[in-house]
Amino acid sequence: MASITAGRVERLPATNIGERLGHIVSRVLVYGILIVWTFICLFPIYWTLTTSFKAAPDVMQGHLVPFLDFTPDWKGWRSLGLSPDTIFQVSTVRAEFLERFYNSLIASIGASILAVLLGALAGYGLARFPYRFGPMRNNDIGFFFISQLILPPVVLAMPFLVLYKELALLDSLPGLILVYTLMVLPIVIWIMRDQFMTIPIELEEAALVDGLGIWGTFMRIVLPLALPGMVAALILALVLCWNEYFFAALLTGASAKTLPVMVASQTGSQGISWWSMAAIATAAILPLILVGVLLERYIIRGLTAGAVK
Amino acid sequence: MTTSTLTGDDRLPIPSGISPGQKSAGRLLILAGTLLFAAALAFQLLYVTGVTTSGFATWRPVLFAYVLWALAVTFGQILIRGERGQRAAFLLPAIFFTVALVIFPTLFGLYLAFTDWNLASVTGRKFNGFDNIVALWNDPFYWNAMLNMVYYVIAVFFEYAIAFGLALILSSEIRARRFFRVVFLLPFMLSPVAVSWMVGKSIMENRFGPVARLARWLGWQNPAFFSDPWIARLSIEVMDAWVFIPLIMILLLAGLQALPRDILEAAKVDGASGWQTFWKIIFPLMLPVSVTAILIRIIFKLKLADIVINVTSGGPGGATDTVSSFIYREYRDRSNVGYGTALAEFYLIAIIIFITIALIVTTRWVSRYQTTRAAPGGHG
Repeated sequence: MASITAGRVERLPATNIGERLGHIVSRVLVYGILIVWTFICLFPIYWTLTTSFKAAPDVMQGHLVPFLDFTPDWKGWRSLGLSPDTIFQVSTVRAEFLERFYNSLIASIGASILAVLLGALAGYGLARFPYRFGPMRNNDIGFFFISQLILPPVVLAMPFLVLYKELALLDSLPGLILVYTLMVLPIVIWIMRDQFMTIPIELEEAALVDGLGIWGTFMRIVLPLALPGMVAALILALVLCWNEYFFAALLTGASAKTLPVMVASQTGSQGISWWSMAAIATAAILPLILVGVLLERYIIRGLTAGAVK
Repeated sequence: MTTSTLTGDDRLPIPSGISPGQKSAGRLLILAGTLLFAAALAFQLLYVTGVTTSGFATWRPVLFAYVLWALAVTFGQILIRGERGQRAAFLLPAIFFTVALVIFPTLFGLYLAFTDWNLASVTGRKFNGFDNIVALWNDPFYWNAMLNMVYYVIAVFFEYAIAFGLALILSSEIRARRFFRVVFLLPFMLSPVAVSWMVGKSIMENRFGPVARLARWLGWQNPAFFSDPWIARLSIEVMDAWVFIPLIMILLLAGLQALPRDILEAAKVDGASGWQTFWKIIFPLMLPVSVTAILIRIIFKLKLADIVINVTSGGPGGATDTVSSFIYREYRDRSNVGYGTALAEFYLIAIIIFITIALIVTTRWVSRYQTTRAAPGGHG
């Protein structure tokens, strides 16, 4: 809308004051909306970050700007054992936090790699070879995988609880990795199939003629070309696994508990202080903010794969 | 199992020539794997049902046997059918994985749904037929949660409107576009649990939260965001929207950028106003993308649980409950696995029916809308 109005005005410079005025108004409106929405997106993050440096009176008096109306203090981070003066001391909270952080890291990385492995193979097969499985053709098989996206976690949670008990996988990282893999596999297959379809088939035909087998072609020719798609799928899977709460809350206990479960258990108790809660929340979202800022291109690529044709 | 066709549409040539020895080796491999898996399964089944006295402590060896069987079938395929087997080997791992971890647990859940099984009780599980279904039918809290899902799904259309506006602005000629795109995407990256605290428990806190302060300043005497049913529902929806509007926005933005430039240029030359261009050209052309975005968003919405569990626990009086958060508490508070699974499986069936109908209806509607409403030349 805005771009079209703007373009028209540029072609008729200064001939019509009314249109000129309209142009200015629309620009002000556009940037006004942009700034308001930027504020909406950033304020909760800003609030959480600054609250982790507030003392109790600052929270109660609603101080917002550090240095200007409150003096930042390492209070929240001290309670986590992560402030400059406590970082070299023994801290049980920090040990707990680091363990949960490590669990989240292993579970998300393990699941993402496994999902990209399975998804890349299946995606390539679906993009290149005509399969037939009973009455199902490639499109049906693809839909079968993608349709698992609608499966709500709550349907699988309780069967998994019972099965994992029998398999001795409850409260273990391998168990969590398997669950997270099945959770992100539909999206990964979707992204990978889309990615492989954009690669020209002539390259593979040439490689096959040169005597590389199907698998040689795949490993040496196709995979390097599909790397951007794989990275996109991997990062999107990482983000989704890192944030997962429902399965982790039901399937993990003392040893394999992940960071979101720890954050949630802190909010449950009434006595918890805002500053330490803010510090934990900040520590939990900081890696994601970094990923979002640095790898935004890949996330957008992953999200839009296949959806827009 | 999976077979590749050798018809004319086959795009990559297949060299053939598999020796009979290789074929029988492959068959032997598959047979051995199958026997091993069947033996492990039978061994453990007999032990668990009490027919035999020896067995594994857990079912884990059976899982390993399944993995071995899957490997045997995959490699057997390659031996028996050569290149065609190699092609099947691309798809087989994902299929074996899905069968073991999605299909089987779902079917197992279907069985659980017909049992009375409370993990807290000592009697263990017993078959109780349709008792769970009858209980579900008469459970006002479950239907309340279902009704809430309807409200939450309706709210998706408001999210869509906001996201479309933002996507239009982001695709127009603005400065610092990349900065705004990164910032607008950020909420989607954050974990709903962290958002529950950041927004639900601190920013919307009744006494010290900045939003409560703002509300007081605007003249609301005692702001409370989670005590009145409709306000509580709205508060939850606002948080969920905050996280997921970026997803819709990104999908729509990609759609906007893929619009054919020449049509938009033509509209400009014809002197169409921004408003006309939007309703006559952009909106009709964007319909398929819009439908995809809304459907994806609804699918995510139907899984809504984390924020509700952590902020309101479904309260006040179940006003914010989603089906997932309700079943979660059903399990957490009463360890009622049988009933909880029945509720979940019923929900799954309802979702499948709903999404299927939505897919059929929207596909028809989009094609009809595009042929009747699109501007002449709109199809370029």
